[in-house]
Amino acid sequence: MTRNLLTLASALALLATPAAADTLKIGMITTLSGPGAGLGIDIRDGFALAVEHAGGKLGGQDTQVIEADDQQKPDVAVGLANRMVERDRVQVVTGVVWSNLALAMLPTLAGGQTFFISPNAGPSQLAGAQCNPYFFNAAYQNDQIHEAVGKHVQDEGFKKVYLMAPNYPAGKDGLAGFKRYYKGAVAGEVYTQVGQLDYAAELAQLKAAAPDAVYVFYPGGMGINFIKQYEQAGLKGAVPLFGPGFSFDQDILSAVGESALGVKNSAQWSPDLDNAANKTFVADFKAKYGRIPSMYAAQGYDTALLIDTAVKAVGGNLKDKDKLRAALASAKLQSLRGEVAFNTNHYPIHNIYLREVVKGADGAVTNKTVATVFTNHADAYVKDCPMK
Amino acid sequence: MDALLLVEQGLNGLQLGVMLFLMAAGLTLVFGIMDLINLAHGTFYMVGAYLTAALVPVLDSFPLALAAAVLLTALLGLVVEAVALRTLYRRDHLDQVLATFGLILFFNELVKIVFGPVPIFLNPPAALAGTVDLFGLKYPAFRLAILAVGLAVAVFLWLLIARTRVGMLIRAGATNREMVMALGVDVRLLFGLVFALGCGLAGLAGAMAGPVLAVQVGMGEQILILTFVVIVIGGIGSIRGALAGALLVGMVDTLGRALLPAAFRLVMDAANASAAGAALASMAIYVLMAVVLAIKPKGLFPAH
Repeated sequence: MTRNLLTLASALALLATPAAADTLKIGMITTLSGPGAGLGIDIRDGFALAVEHAGGKLGGQDTQVIEADDQQKPDVAVGLANRMVERDRVQVVTGVVWSNLALAMLPTLAGGQTFFISPNAGPSQLAGAQCNPYFFNAAYQNDQIHEAVGKHVQDEGFKKVYLMAPNYPAGKDGLAGFKRYYKGAVAGEVYTQVGQLDYAAELAQLKAAAPDAVYVFYPGGMGINFIKQYEQAGLKGAVPLFGPGFSFDQDILSAVGESALGVKNSAQWSPDLDNAANKTFVADFKAKYGRIPSMYAAQGYDTALLIDTAVKAVGGNLKDKDKLRAALASAKLQSLRGEVAFNTNHYPIHNIYLREVVKGADGAVTNKTVATVFTNHADAYVKDCPMK
Repeated sequence: MDALLLVEQGLNGLQLGVMLFLMAAGLTLVFGIMDLINLAHGTFYMVGAYLTAALVPVLDSFPLALAAAVLLTALLGLVVEAVALRTLYRRDHLDQVLATFGLILFFNELVKIVFGPVPIFLNPPAALAGTVDLFGLKYPAFRLAILAVGLAVAVFLWLLIARTRVGMLIRAGATNREMVMALGVDVRLLFGLVFALGCGLAGLAGAMAGPVLAVQVGMGEQILILTFVVIVIGGIGSIRGALAGALLVGMVDTLGRALLPAAFRLVMDAANASAAGAALASMAIYVLMAVVLAIKPKGLFPAH
């Protein structure tokens, strides 16, 4: 009898599970430990601030965010993705920082019919031939940010540029994007190990190649290592340094201080963008976490806004995947960087800005917008995507 | 590639080697004498860097901050040894690995709580921020300082181990621990001293690395793997081995990164050559380790 009761109870529990699906469950799989943690923590904190601003209810639904640390390891990330699909039954997974992890996780998440909204990684593969009905990117396609600096460097008339990036998918995308708009000679194209500490060997080669400008894509700790060593090698001021926003964003600037002053870089967002939502975001982020938000924090916030917009549009019905997908794809996102629309490959069409590293009025080193390089810029891979 | 560039790359390799030696010396001593696998060695490297970064603005002097950070790190080592590690000496290596891995997690979290998750600021002192002209070669002054400090530590360790009574006990402990205990040496004190010395050296490595590298949570684990490669190549428990292994790894890594992409460029286009060269260069030190172990399974200068 007891056994029957237990069976009945567990059967009821199973029945009860779908009812709980009205709660919006979001898996936040991001990098919370190790050298890449600064990026993941900013995404998480930015996302959390947006949930707080929405009163704990994204799209009017009770929102539960389940955090997990991928340790910047693809195998760990895939394991966590599996857990989010099978055990936690989340409707949306977000948080991914690194392109190689995004590529590794997508089959598991798409197979489990779970929406995967990237707040950062925007690999070319997922924008082009391997675009996926379950994958969305709320931030950018990797190449877009690099294309903007490529155009700027080209317009400034540099003729012999030295290129460096880590040897992983986003590194390849980055330099490809730069070269799409920069037409001058390439003095050297160097790929280094992901997580490399010491760049002395590469800097010696760079000096010997005598370029007239240097373009580097080094996010996170790699950027800090590189910028410090670039200055110590006597190259700062001698050879102009350029990079995407990832190499010169807030997480790096507070660690390298004045070493990066004057460097021009690009991003889809900047802390000084002039709109009401962004002003509130920057002020509230500073008040809550005691630091200037990075672009990663803004992307975390925008990702939450995208989920909020889409869930509102479907009236909180999270079970109809096709409707939710249509709502995500057609969202006119009122983001921290103005209105953003999404292309057929689920990547944003948006402005890319040129920024300069400056010392703010309060003495903090930060970025200032100096120009709009691209207006409503689409990525270069959308034509290869079979989704229409 | 001209001669001057080759000299510069040689100096770079030497400097990376010296940095690794500071880490490896402590790790190999602790392993060789105390028979303790200390995965948390990188933690003391991180602590050294963070303490230096925190103390520079307070003391307004890099050398003073560095000295204070090294002493404090050694002191922290003494405390950790007494509180957490003393009970582990009789346990097998797997238990030690688990416990010291726990220490890594604990200290990483602690540093994150105290200093925040974002990497913090530490630049070289103004006097060493620029470059030095070495016969037409402009070399970063701070890297020369790292080289000098590393070589000074090598001489200090040699004097300590070859010329003092403590050094004699350390040598004896590395060769035959049971005999040293049987002769009535206060092993507990010796172990505490050796561990604190190792931690102090790791702290020094961290303090010297801080101005060149990102001072961030998890920085210790990045260098720890290289350090283990060094002591395995050099022979566990041997300071001489640590020095030889560190210089060898530093050279092979740097020259691999400098020369392999250039070599590949002779047979393929630039982008592929760079990618293939980078991939092979990152393997080079492990290939070196495999070769050394195939020829000398106990490393270059085994202590036992």
